[in-house]
Amino acid sequence: MGHRHQLTDSVIQVNHLSFKYTSQYVLEDITLHVRKGAFLGLVGPNGSGKSTLVKCLLGIQTPQQGDISLFGEPLKKFSGWDRIGYVSQKANSFNSGFPATVFEVVSMGLYGKIGLFRFLTKKHKQKVYEAIEKVEMSAYTNENIGNLSGGQQQRVFIARALVSDPDLLILDEPTVGVDVHSVQQFYTMLKQLNQEHGITLVLITHDIGAMTDYVTDVACLNKHLHFHGDTDTFTESENEMMSTLYGHDVHMLTHNHDHSACEVPTS
Amino acid sequence: MISVFFQYDFLMYAMFTGIMVGFLAPFLGVFLVVRRMSLIADALSHVTLTGIAFSLLLGRHFSLFQGLNPLYLGAGFSVGASLLIERLRNVYTYYKELAIPIILSAGIGLGVVFISLADGFTNDLFSYLFGSVVTITQSDFRLIAAITLFVSGFIILFYKELFFLSFDEEQAIISGMPKRFIQWMFIIIVALVIAASMRVVGILLVSSLMTIPVASAMRLAKGFKQTFIYAVIFGEISVIVGLVASFHLNLAPGGTIVMIAVLILLITLFFTRGRHT
Ligand SMILES: Nc1ncnc2c1ncn2[C@@H]1O[C@H](COP(=O)(O)OP(=O)(O)OP(=O)(O)O)[C@@H](O)[C@H]1O
Ligand SMILES: [Mg+2]
Repeated sequence: MGHRHQLTDSVIQVNHLSFKYTSQYVLEDITLHVRKGAFLGLVGPNGSGKSTLVKCLLGIQTPQQGDISLFGEPLKKFSGWDRIGYVSQKANSFNSGFPATVFEVVSMGLYGKIGLFRFLTKKHKQKVYEAIEKVEMSAYTNENIGNLSGGQQQRVFIARALVSDPDLLILDEPTVGVDVHSVQQFYTMLKQLNQEHGITLVLITHDIGAMTDYVTDVACLNKHLHFHGDTDTFTESENEMMSTLYGHDVHMLTHNHDHSACEVPTS
Repeated sequence: MISVFFQYDFLMYAMFTGIMVGFLAPFLGVFLVVRRMSLIADALSHVTLTGIAFSLLLGRHFSLFQGLNPLYLGAGFSVGASLLIERLRNVYTYYKELAIPIILSAGIGLGVVFISLADGFTNDLFSYLFGSVVTITQSDFRLIAAITLFVSGFIILFYKELFFLSFDEEQAIISGMPKRFIQWMFIIIVALVIAASMRVVGILLVSSLMTIPVASAMRLAKGFKQTFIYAVIFGEISVIVGLVASFHLNLAPGGTIVMIAVLILLITLFFTRGRHT
C-alpha cells in the first residue's frame, strides 16, 4: 500500500476526507492514494459511500473536511477535466426516448475538450468512430441510443468516457445489466486499457469475485476506508474479511455474489 | 396561388414572418421537448398576453405608450416570467412542473385584471389571442427578424452545450459545460420566441407550433440533428401551406397552420405505428 509516492506519480490523492449530505457523515476520514497505472477495484455494500466518494473526486460534491488532489493538483485549481473519463452509476437511466444516435452521444465526450464556439472536426469524428469501435458497437453508430439494450447503452457510455483519451477512467458499476460473457470481455478490455495504454482505472463494483482476476489494487469502503492494498493481499485474507465490512448482511450478499467481501484490519 | 403574397406589402410581411416563425418555433421546440419543458411555452404565452394587455392599458392613459408596439412589453413580461419559472424550478427541485401552473394562473389572473381595468380594446386583444398574420406591421417584422437572428445564432453557437446539458446534466457539468448560463439564456430565448410566434398563430396556439412539428419529427428522425431538420421542415410546411390555404379559403390563419401541423403529425403517426418513442 504505497503511500509515499512522487507527486508526479499521483493520480488521485485524498487526505482525511469527511463528507455528509445532511446530518450524518457518509464518508469519514478517508485517506486514499491512487498511483499512475493502477487498476483499483473499489468495493463495499450498498450505501457505503462509493458513489459519493467518486462525486467528491469529480467536484460534484464538496467534502466538509479534507482535501483532494488530482494529478498532483489541488481539486480547486484542477482544470484538466478532459483527462478524466467517468461513467456514472446512473448512466443508463437517462431519458431513453432522447433522439440521439450512438455517434452523437459518444461525441459528447469530446465537447469539454473542443471548447466554446467550436465544432467537431474530421479528426474529432475519427476519434468518435474509434471509440465506438473499441466497445464493439460500430454496427450501431447511427442508431438511436434509446433503441439499444441496457448493456449496449452501457458500452456506448463507456465509449463516451474513452473518446477523449483520458488518463484516468472512473467507472461506477458499469457492468450492471451487462451479460456474463460481455462482462468478461469488458473486464479484459479494461485490463488492456490499463496495461497497454497506461490508463489509470477506478472501478466500483459489487462483483468482487470476477473483479479480482483483473484489478491490481482493491479498496474496501464502508463509511471508513477499511482496506486498501494490492489484489494478492486482498485475496489472501479475503475469506476472513467479510463480517465487519458487510455486517449482518454478509450472508445474503455473499450468497448473491459467489464469494466476496472485505475485512477491517484489526489495527 | 402563392404569388399573391408577393403583390401586397402586408401579405409579404405575413409570409416572411410566417417563414421565420415556422423555422424558429420548432427549432427551439426540439430543446423544449427533450428537456420536458413543452408546457412552459404555454405558461409563457399567457404571460405574454398579460404584458400586451398591460401595454394596451398604459396606452389608453399615457400617450407615451400609444406608439409603442405592445409586443415589446409582452416580450418583457414573458422574459420576466421565464426568470421566475427558473427560480421556482430550483425551489421545487422534485416538483419542477409546479412552476408552470403557478406562473400560468398568476399570469392569466393579472391579465384579466388589466383587461377589466380598461375594457374596449377587446378587438386588439382578440388578434393576439388567435394571431392575425395579415396585420403584421413593419415594426413587428423587424422585431421578429431580430429575435430570429439572435436565437438562431445562440443555438448554433451553443449547440454542444445545449445538447449535452439536455441529455445528461451531471456529465455535462463535469465536462465543464456552463450550466447556469445556458439555463438562464435558454429560458429567456423561449420567452422571446413565444413573443415572436404569437403574432402568427396567437397565444393560445403558440406552444403547438413549438411542439407538434417536433412530435412528428421524433417519430421519424435518427438522432438529434435529424430531429431538427424534420421539425423545421414540418414547421415550414405547416406555416406556408396554412397561410396560403387560409387566405384562399378565408379561414383563420393561426388555426389553419396548427391544423396542418396536426395533419402532418397524424400522417407520421400512421406511417410509424407500432414504434415506440
Ligand atoms: N443526494 C443525496 N442526498 C442525501 N443523501 C444521499 C444522497 N446520495 C446518497 N446519499 C446517502 O449517502 C450514502 C452513500 O450513498 P452512495 O450512493 O455513495 O452509496 P454507494 O456505496 O454508491 O451504494 P450503491 O452500492 O448502492 O451504489 C447513503 O446512505 C445514501 O443514502
Ligand atoms: Mg453507488
